[in-house]
Amino acid sequence: MSLTRIYGLFLRHFYLITRSFPRILDLVYWPSIQITLWGFISNFFATHTTYYNNAVGVILTCAILYDFLFRTSIGFNMLFLEEIWSRNFTNLFIAPMRIGEILTSLVITALIRSLIGLVPAILLTSPLFGISILDLGIFLFFLFLSLYIFGITLGILVSSGLLRFGPSFENIAWSTMFLLAPFGCIYYPIETLPEIFQKIAYVLPLVYIFEEARNILINQTVNIQNVYYAFMWNAFYFSLSIALFYYSFNAAKNKGTLINMGE
Amino acid sequence: MKKLIEVKNIKKNYGKKEAVKGLSFNVNEDEILGLLGPNGSGKTTTIGMLLGLLKPTSGQIFINNLKLEENRIEILEIINFISPYIELPKKLTVKQNLYVYSKLYKVQNIKERIEYLSEKLRIAELLNSITGELSSGQKNRVSLAKALVNEPKVLLLDEPTASLDPEVGDFVRTFLEEYKKEKKISILLASHNMNEVTRLCKSVLMMKNGEIIDQGKPNDLITKHGRTNLEEVFLKLSRSKSEFN
Repeated sequence: MSLTRIYGLFLRHFYLITRSFPRILDLVYWPSIQITLWGFISNFFATHTTYYNNAVGVILTCAILYDFLFRTSIGFNMLFLEEIWSRNFTNLFIAPMRIGEILTSLVITALIRSLIGLVPAILLTSPLFGISILDLGIFLFFLFLSLYIFGITLGILVSSGLLRFGPSFENIAWSTMFLLAPFGCIYYPIETLPEIFQKIAYVLPLVYIFEEARNILINQTVNIQNVYYAFMWNAFYFSLSIALFYYSFNAAKNKGTLINMGE
Repeated sequence: MKKLIEVKNIKKNYGKKEAVKGLSFNVNEDEILGLLGPNGSGKTTTIGMLLGLLKPTSGQIFINNLKLEENRIEILEIINFISPYIELPKKLTVKQNLYVYSKLYKVQNIKERIEYLSEKLRIAELLNSITGELSSGQKNRVSLAKALVNEPKVLLLDEPTASLDPEVGDFVRTFLEEYKKEKKISILLASHNMNEVTRLCKSVLMMKNGEIIDQGKPNDLITKHGRTNLEEVFLKLSRSKSEFN
């Protein structure tokens, strides 16, 4: 692994973001809108339901966590799509970069992109709604880390599809998170789902993360098992995504997708 | 003379379609080899295999005596490529693009290298310009600068002067001739511009339907086929073959 190359590819995206005010605005705008909207919804439910009676920030906290996941996943895909849109894909793959270096650089860049959007949104929640996500305590870090890993995993899985099938896979890139969201039990307990959907939800790390966030905020207790299961499933899916990326890279070399990929 | 590119009987199949059928050739240092052929003859596929973007169905490729299959990263450090069909990130400035690629190729003295190439390729005044806002001729010179940023021993050029006006086209050809002579690099040139090929290439391979149908020095081929220029030879070979296919 070469840190110089990882830094080089990071710079390519850093320059792109910092050169354009609309791009920075775009990164900040959507999370802030999302959080503001869910903040008001959260306030409404807190005053009209007993479930959220003692935990005003539950919905909003889950909305922030979900937004972080969404931004990380989409952010990773965007970095990959950016190379296709700018017709720079071939240049990147004829540079002496190992797959691990490309992935590491994109993983770091995706985190920074997500944080650029998320930090202002989190800062908004306190003055607007009197809620601090820091109420989750030290476990906030583990929940964020778990979501980050899963977001990156989804990003790598979609990028594998882009490598294998080319730009036509782009639509899938946008829809992955929407497909998984109902099974993630972001805003409701898992018991809300029909039994068959619960079985699917239990093999995803999301349900453990959001169940635990609610558990900490509503019951003021920590179920370490949820954190453990989230990391176990994350480890499984992350390994799977890396293997699939390598497989797709080799398949693309056989099929010829890497040549002249662009719009 | 050292062989920098050695291609041994490479084949590439896409399903049942044979895109390249047992191609073998060498390119020595300080030599430009022309790769000619009509569209679909297998030129891009061959270049793709040399760049490690495509895996040959069979056969072997050696670059600077290293087997490509086993030394992809080491080989990519000493090879580079330009094509009008690929571009540098449009939103970045020229300098940012050259800096990024210098990092990816682990260039040691980046500032000096960019200054050297900027002067040689007359892009110094473009360094702070947005790459996507450049003219075709300017973009072409910037792409060439990117392709030379790692001081490659092997340069693969796919239509390097396509869509350029005669003045810029001539500048690029002259630059390539001088650079090759100075650095003793090997160049594989795929082009449809027969005057360019006649001027730059020591020898040429004529491809059609994934195989070499003739090869030799440009002037020898012209004499052999009783024509007055390479374009007529190209037309004769591609048409005559078509009649039998």
